[in-house]
Amino acid sequence: MNFNVKIWRQRNAKAKGHFETYHIEDIESDASFLEMLDILNEKLIREGIDPVSFDHDCREGICGACSLYIDGRAHGPDDHVTTCQLFMRHFKDGATITVEPWRSSAFPVIKDLVVDRRAYDKILQAGGFITVRTGSAQDANNILISHDVAEESMDAAACIGCGACVATCKNGSAMLFVAARVSSLALLPQGKVEAAKRARNMVKKMDELGFGNCTNTRACELECPKGISVSHIARLNREFLKAKFSE
Amino acid sequence: MADKLISKIPDGPLAEKWTKRKSEIHLVSPNNKRKLEIIVVGTGLGGASAAASLGELGYNVKIFCISDSPRRAHSIAAQGGINAAKNYQNDNDSVYRLFYDTIKGGDYRAREANVYRLAEVSAAIIDQCVAQGIPFAREYGGYLANRSFGGVQVSRTFYARGQTGQQLLLGAYASLNKEIAAGTVTSYPRHEMLDLVIINGEAKGIIARNLVTGQLERFGAQAVVIATGGYGNTYFLSTNAMNSNGSAAMQCWRKGAYFANPCFAQIHPTCIPVHGDQQCKLTLMSESLRNDGRIWVPKKLEDVEKLRKHEIKASQIPEEDRDYYLERRYPAFGNLVPRDVASRAAKERCDAGFGVNETGKAVFLDFSDAIRRLGHQKVAERYGNLFEMYEKITASSPWEEPMMIYPAIHYTMGGVWVDYDLQTTIPGLYAIGEANFSDHGGNRLGASALMQGLADGYFVIPVTIGDYLSKKFAEPKTDINAPEFVVAEKAVQARIDKLFAINGTETVDSLHKELGHIMWEYVGMARDEEGLKTAITKIKELRERFYKDVKVPGNQFEFNQELEKALRLEDFFDIGELMAYDALNRKESCGGHFRVESQTEEGEAKRDDKNFMYVAAWEYKGEGVEPELHKEPLKYEFIEVKTRNYKD
Repeated sequence: MNFNVKIWRQRNAKAKGHFETYHIEDIESDASFLEMLDILNEKLIREGIDPVSFDHDCREGICGACSLYIDGRAHGPDDHVTTCQLFMRHFKDGATITVEPWRSSAFPVIKDLVVDRRAYDKILQAGGFITVRTGSAQDANNILISHDVAEESMDAAACIGCGACVATCKNGSAMLFVAARVSSLALLPQGKVEAAKRARNMVKKMDELGFGNCTNTRACELECPKGISVSHIARLNREFLKAKFSE
Repeated sequence: MADKLISKIPDGPLAEKWTKRKSEIHLVSPNNKRKLEIIVVGTGLGGASAAASLGELGYNVKIFCISDSPRRAHSIAAQGGINAAKNYQNDNDSVYRLFYDTIKGGDYRAREANVYRLAEVSAAIIDQCVAQGIPFAREYGGYLANRSFGGVQVSRTFYARGQTGQQLLLGAYASLNKEIAAGTVTSYPRHEMLDLVIINGEAKGIIARNLVTGQLERFGAQAVVIATGGYGNTYFLSTNAMNSNGSAAMQCWRKGAYFANPCFAQIHPTCIPVHGDQQCKLTLMSESLRNDGRIWVPKKLEDVEKLRKHEIKASQIPEEDRDYYLERRYPAFGNLVPRDVASRAAKERCDAGFGVNETGKAVFLDFSDAIRRLGHQKVAERYGNLFEMYEKITASSPWEEPMMIYPAIHYTMGGVWVDYDLQTTIPGLYAIGEANFSDHGGNRLGASALMQGLADGYFVIPVTIGDYLSKKFAEPKTDINAPEFVVAEKAVQARIDKLFAINGTETVDSLHKELGHIMWEYVGMARDEEGLKTAITKIKELRERFYKDVKVPGNQFEFNQELEKALRLEDFFDIGELMAYDALNRKESCGGHFRVESQTEEGEAKRDDKNFMYVAAWEYKGEGVEPELHKEPLKYEFIEVKTRNYKD
């Protein structure tokens, strides 16, 4: 397959960016999108052009590193996959494909398609944990958790922290990311003790870091590679209200 | 200097060794802990759990990772589960059995005392993880669920769908975040260690490159913990993440830390086969699939031909024409034999011409029986996300046709040599998790990597490091302007300058691919003397070409992924060579290491306990120079050493 790839190039955080279009040929339809970029980079290096920087690591859809905005969609045209699990068979032969980094003021560009997502770590540091010291725990079977509750908690815990929800939201809100963590822990008896405080502190930090507000467009749910449901945002709101009342 | 290999295994009965060691270890008082600094490199299960636990104790911890966030570490990709000797299933499991299975699975090349300790702390790991809010799979009564893994006959594996590694890492990362918020841990994402700094023979810090600015930075401490994983990417194609590398371990090796059993690399039987030469990464399908999936190839070569021409589908081949070769060869364990055995059996069938895809390098993993027996819903609950993942990649549905799988490099049992305290041959330098060699011998059992990473990080290193640091709290803080730091930084700078100065024509990846071909061909699933010697020569030639003709674009003081890869490839050359030397020396077949010269008439691996029951610890002697071998004899005092038998 042959493609024209129109890619956002930006030397560093301070430089002005622009699009460059590169032509690439003989790509196998079974190649992944990132393999296509690898091949492009090999070609660029041989031609003396600076290769395109992009974040990637596991290439199995679980580490959350890859973060490309492809043809106007976070992680590209296939539903509920990360960029690394997107395959070239989803594109038309000869197509022009536009590739951009995540666009959000909370995720500044580092270079080309690489953005700085430390804001996510900071939100989690504000409360995305259960305060337990190593060695304090009782036997794992002492507190029973129903099968369905564990499964629902797991649905939320599947978040890979990629940032697609923020990139796709017209407000640049991190609400689904925050909700996934809050909800996953609030469902479990171990997480209930700090649930209200956790919700309050994480939302406060999210606001501080320049993420936008949630206006319930549900775009995040559609683009989440793990299909995390906006119903978790409702649970976050309940926890947040509880925190307000308890103040 | 064989006397450096003092394993410090405590005397006394096996079950009392860890208790005894803990009672001997000197404590550091809380006010003195505050004066001490520890560097942890790597944020996978080992690094994150160690840094969090050390932070809780009150030490000042600096933690480094090459990714944008600690949560990206490759532990995240582990699918199947984590073992623990809980005996929740009442199937007569015990600490002893977990210990025994691990020693046996490792083909009697791991230390008894270390492995026993691993089994002993395994139960506490599950308790800790549940308390952190990890949503493990549950039975309808609310109790924790278990499943089986290869090489064992009990159900002791805890799991969170097919994302157990992710959930455990998010737990450790959450604890790490708690400590970062508390100020005990400082996190340095997008920083890569490029050298170890030694002062008066002791590890005192690191030189790291800030991957965003490209600046070299110095960090001092009283102890350094390496938790940087394995070196599977030496093979270029592996199931490791793209950025996983063995560089920190190699830096320590070149600074004098011994490196143990490098030839023990695990080839995982259930990976998605290679699809073409543009590929750069292989995807693992969890071993848990072998609980319910049955592995087979056709009995008739004409069926193989038809499959390759897409004239028939696997599901059309009648039952009597299928060769369930693992069930046939190993009736007692069937599809659940250990990984090395399953991988070699797949290779044997494919070499005999029965490979089921165009490349001839694939076998079937079939769920049709399980779907009939358990029903769609139950199978979906157990493996749904793995089926989806397989279908996304291959565009074929495991619900309709069997998966196609083939072995690939997955994990490395070898690593930095450590004593019972997990201290390397350099005082003050520790290695934990996959980065060390200590617990898996010649072959690792499924669901034991997660167990070891967390055992080392949560329960071992926080205790043992105290013994060393109890002698250090009165010393002044490490001065990063000391001449040793200046010299180390200059050496790193020279290394980087040298790479840019070459300005050749070959890309880093193209040379890495060539290294991968050499490794897979000569240091892969079957090795012989001639091939290993060829590998050593070819790696030397490739390294020379690299220094003559590699092209590293851009400059140092910017985000530069090609420079990162070039520096790592230099280290992969060293590791590849070291693996070949070790494989050449070990003239026996053992675990993941199969020497063609050492096999039974039936083609099974033949171990040589008389001559090779030792840990091979290698000392660096200079670039391209043959390393020096030191031997740590392995003594089995508590179990009888047997030939591994999974047949009856």
